Amino acid sequence: MQGRGKLIGIIAVIVIAVAAVFGYLQFQKSQEGAAGKKIALSNNYAGNSWRQSMLKSWDKVTKKAVADGVVAEATAFTTSENQVTEQAAQIQNLILQGYDAIVLNAASPDALNGAVKEACDAGIVVVSFDGIVTEPCAWRIAVDFAKMGEVQLDYLNEKMPNGGNLLEIRGLAGVFVDDEIHKGIEAGVKKYSQFKVVGSVHGDWTQTVAQKAVAGVLPSLPEVAAVVTQGGDGYGAAQAFKAASRPTPLIIMGNRQDELAWWKEQKDASGYETMSVSIAPGVSTLAFWVAQQILDGKEVPKDMIVPFLRIDQANLESSLANTEQGGVANVEYTLEDAQKVIAAAK
Amino acid sequence: MTDTTLATPARDRMAFLGDPRLLRKALPAVSLVAILIAIFVLNERAMSYRGLDLMLKYAVPIAFATIAQMFILTVNDLDLSIGAFVGLVACIAGTWLVDQPVLCILILAGCIASYAAIGALIHMRRLPSIVVTLGMSFVWLGIAVILMPTPGGMVPDWLKALMSWKPPLVPFPIIACLVIALVAHVLLMESSYGAVLRGAGGNATAIDRAGWSLLRIRMSMYALAGFFGVLSGLSLIGLTTSPDAHIADRYTLLSIAGVILGGGEFVGGRVSPIGAVIGAVTLVLTGSFLIFMRISPDWQIGAQGAVLIVVLALRALIKLREAK
Repeated sequence: MQGRGKLIGIIAVIVIAVAAVFGYLQFQKSQEGAAGKKIALSNNYAGNSWRQSMLKSWDKVTKKAVADGVVAEATAFTTSENQVTEQAAQIQNLILQGYDAIVLNAASPDALNGAVKEACDAGIVVVSFDGIVTEPCAWRIAVDFAKMGEVQLDYLNEKMPNGGNLLEIRGLAGVFVDDEIHKGIEAGVKKYSQFKVVGSVHGDWTQTVAQKAVAGVLPSLPEVAAVVTQGGDGYGAAQAFKAASRPTPLIIMGNRQDELAWWKEQKDASGYETMSVSIAPGVSTLAFWVAQQILDGKEVPKDMIVPFLRIDQANLESSLANTEQGGVANVEYTLEDAQKVIAAAK
Repeated sequence: MTDTTLATPARDRMAFLGDPRLLRKALPAVSLVAILIAIFVLNERAMSYRGLDLMLKYAVPIAFATIAQMFILTVNDLDLSIGAFVGLVACIAGTWLVDQPVLCILILAGCIASYAAIGALIHMRRLPSIVVTLGMSFVWLGIAVILMPTPGGMVPDWLKALMSWKPPLVPFPIIACLVIALVAHVLLMESSYGAVLRGAGGNATAIDRAGWSLLRIRMSMYALAGFFGVLSGLSLIGLTTSPDAHIADRYTLLSIAGVILGGGEFVGGRVSPIGAVIGAVTLVLTGSFLIFMRISPDWQIGAQGAVLIVVLALRALIKLREAK
């Protein structure tokens, strides 16, 4: 008798829970537009200056949007160590938490597809950016990373028509972004045959790692004319060359504040010339506005491209002045910018 | 005099609400229930078939990896390569399982055999397992990256279907975890050879004198770990629908934490398969709990560690009393 009573109790609890879920979903559906909607940012990594700036931009722009009543909520969630499994579990939890949209910087283009599909099936809008996902139901704000590698060689071709030896600093092995930029650099080297890659190290997009890696390989290298990079590694490379008392080559920078500050110093001292290219971390805010537009019922194409943020000799000073200590040169996007990017993709 | 010495333990038991040994055994289950209640209070939607299914999905591969780690811990070794190994299995399965299933199974069997060989190497050369397995972790990761320089690959539909199976009444992850725990329990705790295996961690000399081959014991423990590592990798890609060399890097530490959280010890062959699975599930739920708490990203990592420390501190407290 007692056992049956318990069973009925449990069933009652489950029924009430299910009813609550249905009621809540109905309530959400009844609200028009994006104003009552909740957006979550699922971010896979926060351990470098680029990601820190990305989170700061998100915070700044979404706080204002929430205060203005554009959306109801926009919370950021980060996993600790760039792990697919953790992020997949995080997405599952965000589905359960009842978000209307998940803005996603993914740890892997494919390995999160299971979780993303699950979110789509639950009626959640998924907008991936920077680290995009291939699951067809998600939106993608992609960076043309291969192009980012190629423009470095275009610049070098202009600067050094006679060519020379290149040292390539790559990112984190096995990560899609690293592979794409590397492909772009390879394509560039093929296009301008006067350049030759004499060494390649993994700098993991971190100055200290890059410095150690470059210092390790330098003794075995011939004269290096230029260093092609992926961002977050240029300053470390410069320090390694200095420590080995070798002449400083032309190092392509990646918009980090320490890199720009070093460049400025060299420019003032000896007229050093280079260029710097990366993606503005504020791209998270672009993704936010795109998600907001989708929730608002606008028609948005599934694939969009983000513009690069390139710094040249001429605009170095102004860019450096606008970049905070330890940060990355940045742009925060507005609703109008997002609408432009959407229109361009149509 | 004799009266008082006999009476003291009994009175202690009364005073402390039960035997500290029992309390220690119950601690993993108590932590699991505590975190479940906390989650249900924070998010009522979690308290449903779908909620439990979503939250516990990723507990299945972690439970496999934790059991793998437990086998190694049973013989007083530590496996720092299990995460990389699971990643390699994922890449191997993603490359060949669809097109050449027979070849794929042979390769995976080869992986298990190499795990046994590592056990033999560690035993015969008396090498520290931490160093050998740390080295092997780079080997596994290296092969995985060569095999799959960029994420991609194919996962067979039956594997995906199995991992997203929705049986009536009880969510699949719960059934899977129960089965894993029971199989490992029977294997290690109920069988007679299981007692010998555990004995090798507790008192190797005694087992050796009794005529058992310690080499064979270590090799079979490593092979079992390899086998469960393979199961972990397969179940993982069934969930993610696509492999990636770095897919399970975190499993190394998670699996160790799972075993310890589940009442296992680093030395002495003191492990508990059921506890280990409970530990793995608790770790996964901790992640859900922190997300439902909306802890700021800066604190999430630290908070996860804090939960671990609280449970381990409780255990240390219980142990202290046990010693008295």
